[in-house]
Amino acid sequence: MTFVMSVKMALSSVWSSKIRSFLTMLGIIIGVAAVILLVSMVSASTQQMKTQLESMGTNLINVNINRGWGSGRSVSNAELQAFCDENSDIIAYCSPAISSRGTVKYGGDNVTSSLYGVSGEYMLIKNREVVSGRNFTETDISNRNNVCIIGEYLVQELFGGMDPIDQEVKVNNEVFKVVGVLDQKSSNVSSGGEDDMILIPYSKAQRLLRNAGISSFVISASSSDYTDDATEAVENFLYKKFKNENFYNVMDQAAMMDTIDEALASMALLAAAIAGISLVVAGIGIMNIMLVTVTERTREIGIRKSIGAKTGVILMQFLVESAVISCIGGILGIIVGVAGSAGICMAMGMPVLTLADQAVSIIGSFLFSAAMGVFFGMYPAQKAAKLNPVDALRYD
Amino acid sequence: MIKIEDMYKIYKVGDSEVRALDGVSLHIKPKEFVSIIGPSGSGKSTLMNMIGCLDTATSGKYFIDGVPIENLSENQLAAIRNKKIGFIFQVYNLLPKLTALENVELPLVYQGIHAKERREMAIEALKKVGMEKRMHHKPKELSGGQQQRVAIARALAPHPPLILADEPTGALDSKTGIQVMEMLKQIHSDGNTVVLITHNTDIARQAQRVIRIADGQITSDTTNTEGVVCE
Repeated sequence: MTFVMSVKMALSSVWSSKIRSFLTMLGIIIGVAAVILLVSMVSASTQQMKTQLESMGTNLINVNINRGWGSGRSVSNAELQAFCDENSDIIAYCSPAISSRGTVKYGGDNVTSSLYGVSGEYMLIKNREVVSGRNFTETDISNRNNVCIIGEYLVQELFGGMDPIDQEVKVNNEVFKVVGVLDQKSSNVSSGGEDDMILIPYSKAQRLLRNAGISSFVISASSSDYTDDATEAVENFLYKKFKNENFYNVMDQAAMMDTIDEALASMALLAAAIAGISLVVAGIGIMNIMLVTVTERTREIGIRKSIGAKTGVILMQFLVESAVISCIGGILGIIVGVAGSAGICMAMGMPVLTLADQAVSIIGSFLFSAAMGVFFGMYPAQKAAKLNPVDALRYD
Repeated sequence: MIKIEDMYKIYKVGDSEVRALDGVSLHIKPKEFVSIIGPSGSGKSTLMNMIGCLDTATSGKYFIDGVPIENLSENQLAAIRNKKIGFIFQVYNLLPKLTALENVELPLVYQGIHAKERREMAIEALKKVGMEKRMHHKPKELSGGQQQRVAIARALAPHPPLILADEPTGALDSKTGIQVMEMLKQIHSDGNTVVLITHNTDIARQAQRVIRIADGQITSDTTNTEGVVCE
């Protein structure tokens, strides 16, 4: 008796009680679909975040100085600039990045936005462009000019889309002239995000925020190959200055991405494990139905044995049957899961994953459901195989 | 063909013992047509289970075609049932989901015979019982007599030396019962050993040799000297 025949027989047996087979499969279908949906959702949002991070520049290095109370610890821009100039082979640009929140007023409207004190090089480091007007000049920095560059969100909110160049706005009650507008980053301006920001010269920001030292900088490596080297050089420089590595924190974009990746991967695993529990429950359901099936078909088993079916043949027949139920359930679950995740991704404006992206969760959940079928089919199949032919033939 | 020596089958029911077979010795030669007759509870069904290798005795020896049966494993017994014995049951025992042809093919499937040859052998057996025109019907689409003919074809298909019929006419009306008996006689004259188990004297008399059993023991063993009686 070949395996192919067992499969054929199992298929016809599954087909002959359609409703029961479908209900038995339902658990597997839901379990597999849930695994695929959850894993896809997590990896789609990971992809989205990665794309966002990459658009900020993969060469980016963030430096934070932990300024303890009254310690006066700080690095001046001149010091850092000098360091960067010395290492111009691996470091391309650096800029202070004093961040705060600021109230921006124009006419009667007023908006609270992210306020950054930066130099003109900030745009190059962050991959931003000044699409209309101009960038900050050396003079703006040295004279602490009251000039600002605003994001598209503020253009919409304060100016209603009208050209804001040379208009005057009030930032924390001081008058600034708008000299430039940043490129639009997100597809939907009203969500704010990276379009909801206002940039001013860092020297002005120090005054405005009564902030003598600079606590954070952004640096870009000359190419992504040098990110590690540049990070190390910055760390060495800061260690020489502070003699204590707890006083500063240097993080490159790759390390940040790794951190996010790790966090999301463990989230995906957790989600898959929770959904996996439903697969185990579905497996128990299969075992239950297979036990009923074996009892119902006791006479058939008796007949088969009386005309020469060996123990292994009967075992195989019932094992294949439960594996067929769980595999068909697995395939249907994959279809539901893939279609569902594509639908949700589209609805939520996330990137739609390709089948290759989902290969691990598809193959994994399919194999797991097949294994469930075999594992939970084993006991009923053994029960069938061990039946005594005389008793089985007499069974009504 | 069949040699049983001092066979006992004892069931324990609570504290008491039921001696279904109480020292049976029996010798059946190849190409004999034997009927075993006895009232219900006499032990004839137990004897048939023993002869059919469906059950094992408490003690005693059993040889089929020279092969000793005691101490064989479940799978070895299955192989003997498959190759040496063709079963015909009172209630036909066809698998309801399979067609007549597939039912007849089943013992050949378990022998591992290839599909094409299997089909030829099954069709040949169905022709012998005159059922080849209905071979694609399922059992429920056939009458009782037709189902029994399919069951006979299933027993014949692997060409076993022994045909074991357990009340083959018990569920049939007298006319189709006679047809089935004629078929068994034909099978016998084709060179098979036929063992028929029944409680009906008229049926039993049609065999060459009649063995009576009561209370687990053989009470008489007579041979029809004038040969097979036809009615």
